[in-house]
Amino acid sequence: MGNEEAVFFSRILTELTLSFHILYATIGVGVPLMIMIAQWVGIKKNDEHYILLARRWARGFVITVAVGVVTGTAIGLQLSLLWPNFMELAGNVIALPLFMETFAFFFEAIFLGIYLYTWDRFENQKKHLLILIPVAIGASFSAVFITIVNSFMNAPQGFDLVNGELININPLLAMFNPAMPTKVAHVVATAYMTSAFVLASIAAYRLLKGSNHIYHKKALFLTLKLGLIFSIATAIIGDFSGKYLAEYQPEKLAAAEWHFETEENASLVMYGVLDDGEVKYAIKIPYALSVLAHGNPFAEVQGLDQFPEDEVPPLYIHYLFDLMVTIGISLTGLSALYVLATWRRWSFVQTKWFRWILVAGGPLALLAIEAGWWFAEVGRQPWVLRGIMRTEDAATTSGQVDLMLALFAGLYLILGIGSIVVLRRMFKKNPVEQEIEDRRKEQDGDIT
Amino acid sequence: MTLEIIGISVLWMFLFGYVIVASIDFGAGFFNAYNTLTRREHILTNIIERYLSPVWEVTNVFLVFFFVGVIGFFPKTAFYYGTTLLVPASIAIVLLAIRGSYYAFAMYGSYGHKGYTFMYGISGLFIPASLSVVLTISEGGFISMVNGNPVLDYFGLFTSPLTWSIVVLSITALLYISAVFLTWYANKAGDSSATDLLRKYALIWSLPTMITAGGIIFELRSHNPEHYARILDLWWVFGLSFLLFVGTVWLIWKRKNYGLAFGLLTGQFALAFFGYGVSHYPYLLYPYLTIYDSFTNEAMAIALIVAFIAGLGLLLPSLYLLLRLFLFNKDYVRGNKDYHA
Repeated sequence: MGNEEAVFFSRILTELTLSFHILYATIGVGVPLMIMIAQWVGIKKNDEHYILLARRWARGFVITVAVGVVTGTAIGLQLSLLWPNFMELAGNVIALPLFMETFAFFFEAIFLGIYLYTWDRFENQKKHLLILIPVAIGASFSAVFITIVNSFMNAPQGFDLVNGELININPLLAMFNPAMPTKVAHVVATAYMTSAFVLASIAAYRLLKGSNHIYHKKALFLTLKLGLIFSIATAIIGDFSGKYLAEYQPEKLAAAEWHFETEENASLVMYGVLDDGEVKYAIKIPYALSVLAHGNPFAEVQGLDQFPEDEVPPLYIHYLFDLMVTIGISLTGLSALYVLATWRRWSFVQTKWFRWILVAGGPLALLAIEAGWWFAEVGRQPWVLRGIMRTEDAATTSGQVDLMLALFAGLYLILGIGSIVVLRRMFKKNPVEQEIEDRRKEQDGDIT
Repeated sequence: MTLEIIGISVLWMFLFGYVIVASIDFGAGFFNAYNTLTRREHILTNIIERYLSPVWEVTNVFLVFFFVGVIGFFPKTAFYYGTTLLVPASIAIVLLAIRGSYYAFAMYGSYGHKGYTFMYGISGLFIPASLSVVLTISEGGFISMVNGNPVLDYFGLFTSPLTWSIVVLSITALLYISAVFLTWYANKAGDSSATDLLRKYALIWSLPTMITAGGIIFELRSHNPEHYARILDLWWVFGLSFLLFVGTVWLIWKRKNYGLAFGLLTGQFALAFFGYGVSHYPYLLYPYLTIYDSFTNEAMAIALIVAFIAGLGLLLPSLYLLLRLFLFNKDYVRGNKDYHA
């Protein structure tokens, strides 16, 4: 296998692993916070339903965590196995957040074990809630640290490169690079948002499938309120991200927006197709790109004409960008509508068709996560370290990458199917009505 | 003490932690599978599940911690080991992934099936085998440089007696460590039939562990004479380790003080492990890579050590809490209450 093939297969394998991992990782970051909130609400309102909600979410969460942990281990090792030259260079500058991520992961792992096995151990549920705080913190901080590593790849700094040698290394400067604030905030906020919509999907699905229990209604309302809050946060951060891109990675923004020529009063291109370098069927919103990039409708936005041809990212990232933004905005609108309608007691939110839309919310949010990551990563091409190391110089020279790709594809297939089968079985065998009944019997038994 | 030595010591310590906790985990899976096969699963399953459930995720972290730390402190290892280990490390990852996720699926999703129990037990033996290949490679002789890139000689690796001795050692040692620990744990739980069975396993696996360990030292004499000479310089460390081994076996034979026996066993492996590590000094990959020429810059090394100390300040109390709540909690160990989520 030539080097070109090794690079190609390494890229595919990394993409496959990450695309699979982020589904579980996103849930892994967001759901502990949701469990914590549900348990806290349950204690505050003295409402058994919310406690039960936390408990049932926690049980399902274990399955997703398990897949998240093992695929995370895979990508952690693959970084060195598939991109040895990259790790050799970048490791000198960015090892610190990578190392800290394992601490956050460690912290989460310890307390998750404790949390899962102390449900009936403490008389006081508040103590049990306390154990959940480090789980949620650990989960969020592993996302923070690993995103710092990724933002370094987009905006490398904290070192000087002199004749191929790294000198004057400053690990903290490398961590707090310009891409870091928007990237970290966006990743964490979208993880919370996605988890809220995924959990809302489940509640809406149960309501559709005959169980008209008040438990599911409470779950749906709680998760969509949280979904609304986090989707608004996501939109605000998304705006900041646009300004970051205009300032530090203009080629990514220009490629995403099909902004070919540098101009003032730039308009935003939505949708459309690219045909022989010509944009067709697109909706153009005047001045919007200048507003997104600089907060000023008349500002000049750099176009692709400013960059050498071999440094322009693939133009198909426009579709990914559109997909991500469209889903994000629709979900914000959907959750806002639901919350408002519930307050105003509008009845259409109880109808079947509206619930089906809510069911679609979770999968759509996950799709937006994928699209967003593909956009961010492909938009960085041809660089693995922007401006410093090209992707083709970073890959392994090993000849067996294609075989490993087949091996891992098989693994993810098994894990994907396995986790879905187990989760379905887990909740089908033990519906919430049954569990409430069982707990009541148990408590009565204690009294008599 | 230089920063290089601090770095490698920290990492070696974590690798040792992984060896112990993973051995217990892998061995437990194997014994459980073996007993299922011989229709005696009722004796061991409860004990093993009660121990493994709250800690399975922690075991995994030790490994992640080690390899992230190696890349952090010694970025050049990514170039040499990253390129050459693609196949063995990928196999280990896949096995770890199937094993870890299956455990969660089975425990929390009540998806138990005999075939899986069996697979689970066997995979636990393949993982240390595929990981211990790294130790063989580090002895040198299997990697050659072609056009400035390292290439692994698979044929040489798989036909070398050294490779197979290290594989056999990793498997026998893990069964031995696991059996001694579980004997202690079963005894604490007051489960006498599990204790008896595990005690028997501990005694069975003690001897092969010693024989292969001795055999490896002998093989190094011809494979890497430099390393062999350094091992001989440290003969007293290995001698001490052997004395602790004798102490462990004696206590278990006499059915006395299993807690102390496990303590002695930890000491035995710690001495042998650190003795081996020190004698390997200064090479990470003989003869290409020493800890000095692969070490990261000073600023990063200091930052990592600071992060490490801060992290340990957070981790050690948490680990203590975990042990207190589960390992050293009578109600939990004896299974008097079901605390399951």
